[in-house]
Amino acid sequence: MATVTADQVETRVVETLASFGPDASQITRESSFEELDIDSLDLVELAQVVEDEYGVVLKGEDMKELKTVGDAVDMIVSRAG
Amino acid sequence: MKRQVVITGLGAVTPLGVGAPALHERWASGECGIVDGAGVCTAFEPNEFLSVKEARRLDRFSQLALVAAGEALGQAGWLEELPYDPFRAACLVATGIGGLETVENQHDVMRDRGGKMVSPLGIPQYMPNAGAAAIAMKFGLRGQSYGIVSACASGAHAIGLATRMIQYADADAVVVGGSEATLTEFGFSSFAAMQALSATGISRPFDLRRDGFVMGEGAGMLVLEAAECARARGAAILGEVAGYGSTSDAYHLTAPEPSGTPAARAIELALEDAGVTPADVAYVNAHGTSTQLNDAAETAALKRALGDARARRIPVSSTKSAIGHLLGAAGAVEAVATVKTLSTRIIPPTLGYEVPDPELDLDYVPGEARPLIVNGHPPVAISNSFAFGGHNVALVLRGAPA
Repeated sequence: MATVTADQVETRVVETLASFGPDASQITRESSFEELDIDSLDLVELAQVVEDEYGVVLKGEDMKELKTVGDAVDMIVSRAG
Repeated sequence: MKRQVVITGLGAVTPLGVGAPALHERWASGECGIVDGAGVCTAFEPNEFLSVKEARRLDRFSQLALVAAGEALGQAGWLEELPYDPFRAACLVATGIGGLETVENQHDVMRDRGGKMVSPLGIPQYMPNAGAAAIAMKFGLRGQSYGIVSACASGAHAIGLATRMIQYADADAVVVGGSEATLTEFGFSSFAAMQALSATGISRPFDLRRDGFVMGEGAGMLVLEAAECARARGAAILGEVAGYGSTSDAYHLTAPEPSGTPAARAIELALEDAGVTPADVAYVNAHGTSTQLNDAAETAALKRALGDARARRIPVSSTKSAIGHLLGAAGAVEAVATVKTLSTRIIPPTLGYEVPDPELDLDYVPGEARPLIVNGHPPVAISNSFAFGGHNVALVLRGAPA
């Protein structure tokens, strides 16, 4: 698999989250899912996109530890590496 | 002594536009919302009424219900602040099928991209109770809430059950109605296979040339409250659900019992429940689907329940002539249209009714709208709903005092 950069993952994650409702301009690495009103169903959808694009499988227990957008990006990048 | 149940809010999204006033005004002026053999809610653009999150989490049938509920609650004055203990406010939303479009889309996803790619939002979107869940959640209603399913009688069953809920004091108020959005290729194919759909694409109930129903989509919602509670909070009262009657044909999967006896019994039960007689009935909003069998059986049922002579003197018109058949939403949308008829005193016509069927001899209000005759008392109307499966419902609705 081609190497993915943190920037590429972040762009894709932000784009996906923005399609769920929050304004893209509000979404930063520091934004918490709670303040973005992103819930467990949204995270399952995000995991589907991530698996489809990067082959990274995020399970329910992985998702529980994710509090911010940055947490998600870091986890995806570390596993895609 | 039963608690009196009054109507304080109306909402509708139909092929005639967004809003309960559009439904009645346009129908009464002779406008038909059917285009190319389907009643599509073309004026409804989800993103105009719903946030991105709401819109993408709801199948179209729930979107329609949520917007109609918002209108009804706005009219009832509930949007600023819930005027009830949330646990005393219930929500019932009927649908014939539920989120058909979502089922089809997610089924395609499974076939094309594998089961692992099916959306986690699939089930919460297509479950038939999704409309009730969405409304309860958005408006903070914490009394009982669920979906009601009885095909084309669903909307009327929901209103009947909501009325009983208030009468039995299980709730002080119920946000109730029905919603349907099945205008998909699969939906059309399925109804066409039954030979239930009109080949000409024309909905002309009771006309000799009628050849089946025209499918439509939309939602109708009402706010019902215990009269004593509505009066105590100074709410404007639009009308009353005075009576509810329901029976089953136990006859055939799809065809109505031709003598109309079970349907007539539903009408009689509703009149009895309301404490009125056929002489009190000023208008009938017919189920009137434009199928050969329904319109004949319904005519027979009305004559049986009201008496031949009286039945011939009551104006009978069908909302389906203007918007098509909204299936699980029909009973609710038609109740909204009936309440508007009672409050405006304007009876909209059965559009397209031109060639009388010699077998069907009631006054189907041909041509133009006409005034509702009121004799001192608030007027009373019947709204009928009959369904595949043999489910019959009659509601008796009473207008507000002038």
